[in-house]
Amino acid sequence: MANLESNFAGIKSPNPFWLASAPPTNTGYQVMNAFRAGWGGAVWKTLGQPIVNVSSRYGAVAYKNNKIMGLNNIELITDRPLEVNIKEMKEVKEKFPKHALIASMMFEKKEEWHDCIKRCEDIGVDGFELNYGCPHGMCERGMGSAVGQNPDVCEKITSWVTEVATKPVIVKLTPNVTDITKPALAAQRGGANAVSLINTINSVTGIDLNKMEPNPSVAGNSTHGGYCGPAVKPIALNMVAELTNHPDFHLPISGIGGIETWQDAVEHFLMGASTVQVCTAVMHYGFRIVTDLIQGTEEYLENHKMNKVTDLKGIAAKKLRKWENLDLNYKIIAHIDPDKCISCQLCYIACEDGAHQSIALVPGSRIPVIKEDTCVGCNLCSLVCPVENCISMVEIKTGKPKLLWKDHPKNPFSITKTHSS
Amino acid sequence: MTNTNLLPLPDNETLEKEFKKIKPLMTASEAVVESSRCLFCHDAPCIKACPTSIDIPMFIRQIMTKNIKGSAKTIFTQNILGKSCGEVCPTQVLCEGSCVYLELNEKPIDIGRLQAYATGYAIENDIHFFKAGKATGKKIAVIGGGPAGLACAHELTVLGHKVTVLEANKKAGGLNTYGVAPYKLTNKDSLNEVEYISKIGFEIKAGIKVSSNNIEELEKNHDAIFISTGLGESKKIKIPGEGLKGVIGATEFIHNLRDKEQKIVVGKNIFVIGAGNTAIDAAVESSKLGANVTVIYRRSAGDQNAYDFEVNHAKENNVNFLYLTSPIEISGKEHVEKIKCIKNKLIKSKSNIKSSIEPIKGSEFELDCDMVILATGQERMIDLFSGIKGLETDNGKIIVNKNFQTTSPKYFAGGDCVNGGKEVVNAVAHGRDAARGIDKYLMSNNTCHSHENGNPEKLVSNAGFPLTRE
Repeated sequence: MANLESNFAGIKSPNPFWLASAPPTNTGYQVMNAFRAGWGGAVWKTLGQPIVNVSSRYGAVAYKNNKIMGLNNIELITDRPLEVNIKEMKEVKEKFPKHALIASMMFEKKEEWHDCIKRCEDIGVDGFELNYGCPHGMCERGMGSAVGQNPDVCEKITSWVTEVATKPVIVKLTPNVTDITKPALAAQRGGANAVSLINTINSVTGIDLNKMEPNPSVAGNSTHGGYCGPAVKPIALNMVAELTNHPDFHLPISGIGGIETWQDAVEHFLMGASTVQVCTAVMHYGFRIVTDLIQGTEEYLENHKMNKVTDLKGIAAKKLRKWENLDLNYKIIAHIDPDKCISCQLCYIACEDGAHQSIALVPGSRIPVIKEDTCVGCNLCSLVCPVENCISMVEIKTGKPKLLWKDHPKNPFSITKTHSS
Repeated sequence: MTNTNLLPLPDNETLEKEFKKIKPLMTASEAVVESSRCLFCHDAPCIKACPTSIDIPMFIRQIMTKNIKGSAKTIFTQNILGKSCGEVCPTQVLCEGSCVYLELNEKPIDIGRLQAYATGYAIENDIHFFKAGKATGKKIAVIGGGPAGLACAHELTVLGHKVTVLEANKKAGGLNTYGVAPYKLTNKDSLNEVEYISKIGFEIKAGIKVSSNNIEELEKNHDAIFISTGLGESKKIKIPGEGLKGVIGATEFIHNLRDKEQKIVVGKNIFVIGAGNTAIDAAVESSKLGANVTVIYRRSAGDQNAYDFEVNHAKENNVNFLYLTSPIEISGKEHVEKIKCIKNKLIKSKSNIKSSIEPIKGSEFELDCDMVILATGQERMIDLFSGIKGLETDNGKIIVNKNFQTTSPKYFAGGDCVNGGKEVVNAVAHGRDAARGIDKYLMSNNTCHSHENGNPEKLVSNAGFPLTRE
């Protein structure tokens, strides 16, 4: 049986599935229910100076029949008094000593950070997460993503924390940057023990076409929010892998972004995360989704003869490289299984109008045929096909050796060319 | 003369075509598409409608995430006969009947078939989730290897007890093997399931009939006994000619049909007396074998016990219905040739209970008939029960307390012999919960015997609507 116990930068938890700092970790009541349901850890809703929230707070993107493909929010950090949060965190830690309880924090002044760290350590939290990610509201006051977007500030504030904290410090990064490695390296320089990413993405989820108002509407106006949910997973996976693959970055990563099923979590692990944090899926379906996260991950590990989650760490990230390091002599073409084809011809029109005109229709048949000589192996037909395993991409042995762009004859800077000329 | 109106033995091709499954196993892609429709309701109505309280949204979500093993485990944890229940349950009035999609006038989730898909995967790949518990040294006999008996034996084995199931028929499975319609569940399906369940390590002794003659010995050799004998023979209707050849009880007819895998001879014109679900099954099966079938029911359509979807299924299979009609005489030389009936009229009653009926004088009529199937209910297993000291029954149904213990402390009971005949899933719930009752009794020195709050139906079935089956 696979063992899911986790030790993340010194923070121990029964499993690597944590709740992200967000509405589901707003109160002790919620966090205790989450731990009962099986979550391994929770990052408390961000502590900070008193704030006030607006109504309404969330907007969502639905895709066809699926509600909440993406969610955005304009809610700020905790709007409850610090004493109340501290009291409830203490209760949680007493009732669930083996679960990871992490205090998320966001302050302006050094003394404020120091004061809060001490108060949290006094009640036994297992670690800290510095919220440098919130992309709405707090950033206007010089906090949240305003910190994450400025590596120097990021490093400086991190060092304020690490100079007093005795518990591990995680820096939560904003994806609203051009190069995620810059703030991550700054956090590392500041003495952070780990990073978590991604926080939410600047976004407007949609507009009420009757009122011509962006949503979520607050008395007729709106503000950009932070985007999260299934739609952001691809962005998160890329950023997690970028850090995993950076030669100078060595901190453990807590993956966040679009995790709803065990498959999503495993993808984050394969890209280099050692724990994952979940919010939107819980806001949609409740704490009980953790059952399948745990069971599915265990099953996956067993099927791959692995014992622990860290065995997965970064396996796929290693296979993510620069474009120029891909083999240009590798060739695949599409193959349509006529027995499975339901003759919707979506593959035909996608290829005809949107790709390489390499699928033909034969008179008297509704089943499209691949033009093997012109098919470039782009995958588009197999992606639009509604039938599982109907269109497969089949490797064609070219017999040619591996060829990279740097060696390609068409490359003006080709090494081969330089040598021969 | 009498044999001329019997149909020839059906050939295999016809049988295969006519008796193909009405709920075929899902393909992987069907399962993924269907499972992703599930809303994952909180405190889901489907769970509440399931007599075994399977966590339906969870197992469906696990199918969606391709965690089929986890899905099967979720189902089997509550219901070890989850595969056959997925196939034979009247899901339209249970889980699927409570699906919130119905409120949107949309098709409910195909829960039964999803359940059969996940559990079928585990059975086919011989994946097991439970082990026999640490041996307690207690020996328990289970009388009757049907759904209640199997569920009880499995749970008892999990709890560490040594169990022997005594099955009167050649094969175990009870109604799954000898009773339900073969287009819902085949003999192979049922027997594969029996084999899968029993692999946990309890013994099934088939072909052993327990009666008042040998019950005492059984009692001597066991620490507890679970009675799950189901119901007895089909009831007689007490009209002249009932002893003629070609008059058969519905239970016996279906038993023979299942035993011979539908390869049986039936009459050309068949009359089925009664309009419960068993009557409908017998009628549809006869019709599929090529007979002209008419269901005769003394009351009106609104009073029939069969589910509406079953009646509709029968009509789609060319079964005729004669309502407000009672048979009064069956005639023929040796074999049945004619059936004489009389029309009834409804007498409106002032209260809300069923209105009474009264025969209409002079309305008698006679029809050509080659076979009569009696489906007006089943007798109880009175003989066996009378051999057990202190065992009390109510109208032939064994009385049990909330732990499924009978009035004779060593005996527990569940399934049709307790509830008078309900669904397979109700029997499974009884068996499972009775096992826990037996465990409590054996492991805590007989202290659970109390009949004060005895109402097992309330405990195990929170369906909220009647599930009567005649």
